[in-house]
Order: sequence, then structure tokens, then C-alpha cells
Amino acid sequence: MSKMYKISKERLDELYAAVSAVKSLYLPVRSGENQSEFKKWSDQSDVCLDSLNTVKSAKELFFPQSENLISFKVSGKDIELVEDRDPSEPFVLFGVRACDAKSFSILDSVFLSDPVDTFYKSRRENGTVVTLACRAPEETCFCGTFGIDASDPAGGDVKTWLTDTELYWEAVSEKGEELTKLLTGILSEADADADTKAVDDLKKNTKEILARLPLADLKLDYFSGDRLNEKLNDVFYAPQWQELYKSCLGCGTCTFVCPTCQCYDIRDFDTGHGIKRFRCWDSCMYSDFTKMAHGNPRTSQLERFRQRFMHKLVYYPANNGGEYSCVGCGRCLAKCPVSMNIVKVIKAFGGEKA
Amino acid sequence: MQRINDDVLNKCRDLIENGTCDRVLAWEEGEFCYDVTPAVFTGDTLGKMIYDDFCAANQSKYLIDESHKEGRIAALLKPCDTYSFNQLLKENRIKRENVYVLGVPCDGKIDAEKARGLGIKGILGAEIDGDTVAFETIYGKKTCSKKDVLHEKCLSCKGKKHMIFDELTDPEKEPETAVPENGTSRFDGVSKLENMTAEERFRFWRGELSRCIRCNACRNVCPACSCRQCVFDNPASGVSSKANTNDFEENLYHIIRAFHVAGRCTDCGECTRVCPENIPLHLLNRKFIKDINELYGEYQAGYDTALDAPLTSYTKQDAEPGIVHERGVR
Repeated sequence: MSKMYKISKERLDELYAAVSAVKSLYLPVRSGENQSEFKKWSDQSDVCLDSLNTVKSAKELFFPQSENLISFKVSGKDIELVEDRDPSEPFVLFGVRACDAKSFSILDSVFLSDPVDTFYKSRRENGTVVTLACRAPEETCFCGTFGIDASDPAGGDVKTWLTDTELYWEAVSEKGEELTKLLTGILSEADADADTKAVDDLKKNTKEILARLPLADLKLDYFSGDRLNEKLNDVFYAPQWQELYKSCLGCGTCTFVCPTCQCYDIRDFDTGHGIKRFRCWDSCMYSDFTKMAHGNPRTSQLERFRQRFMHKLVYYPANNGGEYSCVGCGRCLAKCPVSMNIVKVIKAFGGEKA
Repeated sequence: MQRINDDVLNKCRDLIENGTCDRVLAWEEGEFCYDVTPAVFTGDTLGKMIYDDFCAANQSKYLIDESHKEGRIAALLKPCDTYSFNQLLKENRIKRENVYVLGVPCDGKIDAEKARGLGIKGILGAEIDGDTVAFETIYGKKTCSKKDVLHEKCLSCKGKKHMIFDELTDPEKEPETAVPENGTSRFDGVSKLENMTAEERFRFWRGELSRCIRCNACRNVCPACSCRQCVFDNPASGVSSKANTNDFEENLYHIIRAFHVAGRCTDCGECTRVCPENIPLHLLNRKFIKDINELYGEYQAGYDTALDAPLTSYTKQDAEPGIVHERGVR
């Protein structure tokens, strides 16, 4: 295990400033009343580490909601291709919860598999992820269902724990060690006994809360096992969908706040002076999702609604060694306008207590 | 916590048993107290039906589709929902004969997000006693005033009178006239914006609208947005509405939408309720309503199905286009 460091809570602005001096720093910043989003830090930023979930997840730092891929300039019969990709500056992503940190590996399986998405890859390589353990999970949290430990987040480069007085800091990767080295004047070495105990107490306390969360017993038995591929048709044609989809408004809220939704659209936009080819998040809930020359393969909201959950609970795990593309962050539970969400779907398929 | 009044449930059962209706549009319970979902029930599933202080969604828009199905549906409509229902009737979007409007009383609906904003986290259940809400949470019991956790739309309630109904579940509770529930006018927020300088106002809206993630929840929930295909979903429109690159386009989206529903928006407040970024979208609509009131005389969309709408009818007294210049930029 790497050495533990700490900094007092009052001095966090110094930490932010020190990181910011070398790399761009993104962290949860107040956005609207009582909410937060990952934004670039400045000394004016209203940082809120006590907010559990940002509205949009941290995936946006690696997979932006919209980005330009390439431009075309047309003059006469000549078409010039202009590479105008954002070179992606080195950055630090601070305050990532365990659920969001886990989502990165789910996105990696998609974007870093052949053919590698070089836009995503360069951002992943340039980004250093500093996680923040949870202290006060919400009723909507169910990361435990996916084997995620919110008290001790995996998947980042540095782990941190925030108590009432201190931020504890532990590098867990080479990138994390490098960042720690840059902060030698700011972080101080943690005490082997007292501070280790403080972190252990925090972990223990969080674990105790996690164990009694209302969704702590949510089980995915119906969607598990090696025979998921064979079961695919059973799930696809299950009568449950006939009822579940009905309230769905067909908006994109669940997909846009989701840390693992990865579908995108690529379009050409005529600027009047040339063509910009852009990529942007898409939502399987939208009527024009995967629209092709002949039309749309999913013509009803039932099919579109089913697609989202089939992808998360069946297609993705069937293709990725049984790993689900949900991390239990609970954003869709909190944000769906009609409170229809993945937990209700799982329960409709018998995901009650084992 | 009892989640439906026995009288309401029995009334629905009667309607199905005596053949008046074959199904009921109401709400289904969720995991916690607040995450209720609009749902259609039949005789077999009526037992799962609920209606309580968390059932905030405006049900009217579902009736566009439901009323075009076979049979007749009983719809539990709150007073504010009936304005939207009337407006949709006026626009020939709902088949009246296929809906049995069951007017249910409303004491204001509770917004779990507002409770979270007050520091009430980990909400599991709630007991409501008059003006007090006692939340049961993971972190113990938390109490607050109901007014502090009401949805924005309830804080500016237009009144407890149903504008249209076939039957009321509690006729004794029905007032003679629609009287706004709170002491303040629902246009206070608009007046505040009007009194800003153009620059301040611009900054306010840029701050609010630039948070938009373009999920379209406001549009999709809006009973006034019932076009079969929205212009923003038409790739041939020349607008790249899916690309959230230029936040000014997002700003325009909301302004265009407000223009499009002007004169038809009943101020049901659903846009603000569903916005995941908590953008106060209702302020745009209320500005139009206030302007219409000032320029064409008091008008409430959805008040009935007969009144001429000011923006789609002509009178000699109508404001001249020059009014824009006269009212102009402050």
C-alpha cells in the first residue's frame, strides 16, 4: 500500500490552487440551487464535496456531450479535410465517487476495444482521477448490487476520504504517485496510527450505512449466469415491458445523467462556410435514435424503452464477461420525470430479496 | 402511511364494476414515498393504485393516447390538471367521450428534491400532518414545514377548483371559484425579471439556460407540446439540436418553445418540475401569460373550452405591433 497523506479541510483551496497551477482541475462545483456539476476550478469556484452525485456524471470529461471530430472545407471541386480535434490537455478529475469511477472501466470496454476511439483514449491518458469515498449515501444508491465499495473507491489514480476536519489522500497508481509528488509542499504525511484509524472509522461507518440502504438487497439473479445469451429472447419478449414502458415520456434525462450510457450520434453540420462533423450523446429513448435510410428499427416507445434496459442488463453483460453497464449511482432514480427507472425494471423481473 | 383515500379507490372500483369505464389512470407506488409513477389500472390491478401528496405529475397528456384507445378511461385529475385537459380538448387532441374525469382534491404536492435541498437526505417515507411533514430517512426522523417542500407549481397554485369534471370524489371540498392559494402573485418572479436591466436579465437567463443538458424532458412532459413530430427532432430543419456545443442554441430552444406554447400554456408548471437541472422554465411561460393579460385582457388557457384565445383571434382593440417598441428595452 502506498503512503497516506493528508491536508486539513480548511486548506483545500490551497490544494486546488496547487493542482490547478500544473493541470486543469475539474471537480464538483455548485450549479443552480442545491446541485453540482463537474467544472473547471477557479478561485471563484463554489466547490461542493458534500454533494453525493453531480447532475451529469463524470463521464463527460472523457466522453463529452458534444465534440467536433473533423471539418471539411469545400472550394470548387476540392474538399479539404481539417483536423480540428481538441488535443486534450492534461487534467485532474477530483471528487469522483466510487460509482462514477467504476463507470470508466465500463466505458473503456467500449471505446478502447478495437477499433480504438482515439478521442476517448487521449482524454483517458491525459486524465488523472482522484476519487472521493462516500460518507452519506442516499436512499437511491445501489452500487453494492454491482460489487462497488463506496467507502473505498476503486478505478481511480488517487483515493481520498474526507472527514469533518481532514482530507486523506492515497495514491494508487503511477499517475497518482506523480500527482502526489507535485503536491509535496501541500500534503503532509499522515500519522500511521491516528490517521489510519480515522480513515478506517470512516470506511466502517459508511459500510454500516450501505448495509441498511433500502436497495441493499437488490439482486440481479434473473440477469445473471453464463446462459444470458440463450435467455436473451425470454427477456426480450417478456410481458413485463408492456407495462413498464407506458409511463415513459421518451425524454433523454436518464441517458444523459447516466454514467454508463455511451451511445452517440455523428452528424455533419453545414456552418455556411464549411461542414463540421460532430459527435454528440444520443439517447435510445429518442425517436430518431439509430435512424437509417429505411427508417427507424424501433418504431415504438416500448421498443426504445426496452432497448435501454436490455443494453444495460443483457447485451452488455453478455458481451463483457457478465459485467453490467450500470453502477447503481441512482441518478435515474432521482431524476426521471415519472420515476420509472432501472430498479423498477430489475424488480419487475424478480430482483427482490434473495 | 395510507396512500389512497378509500372513497377514491371505491369510486374507481364502482366505475369499473358498473361498466362506466374499463380502466383508471392514476399512480403506482415506487421504492420510497416520493417516486410514484403514472400508471393505468384495470379491475384486477386497482389494488396497486395510489393517490397522495407525492402524486405531482400532470396526467392530462397521457390522455391524448389513452383516449384514442378502445373503451373509456377514468382519469384522476387534480384541479391544475383540468386546465391542461380543457386546453387539449380545445385543440382536439383528446377524445372527450372516452374519458371520465374524476376530479380529485389536492393539498399541494411534495418535491423530494426540495427536501434534499433542506438537508433531508436518504428519504424513505413521510407522514404528513397538516402543515408539517415528518420524513423518515436513513439518517433518522426529519421534520419540516410542508410549504418549504412544495413543488414550485403548487406554491403558485391557481386554485382548488376543477375546471372540468364528470364527477368529484369530494364535492364538499370543491370551492365555488378558483382562488390562488398563496398570498403572493404568481407573476412576482416575472416582475422581478422585468425590473432588471436588459443586461442583468440576459445574465440571469444565460446562467439558468446554459445548464440545459437538452434532455427534452420539459418538452416531452408539456401538455401544450403535443406535435406528432417536433421541429427540433427534424434533421431537415437545419438545427443541430442534439449537439450541446453552443449553449446559445439551448437558450434559443427554450425561448422558441415558450413562444410556441404562448397562449396555450396553462402554467401547469411541469417543465420546471421535471427539469433535471432545476431551471425555472415556468418564468418564461409566465412572462408570456403576463404580457397576454396586459395586452389583451385577462386570459387563462384551459379555463374552459369555448373562450377565444387572444393570440388566435382578432379584435379591433388588439395591441398594434408597435407595442413592442413602446414597451421596449428598459
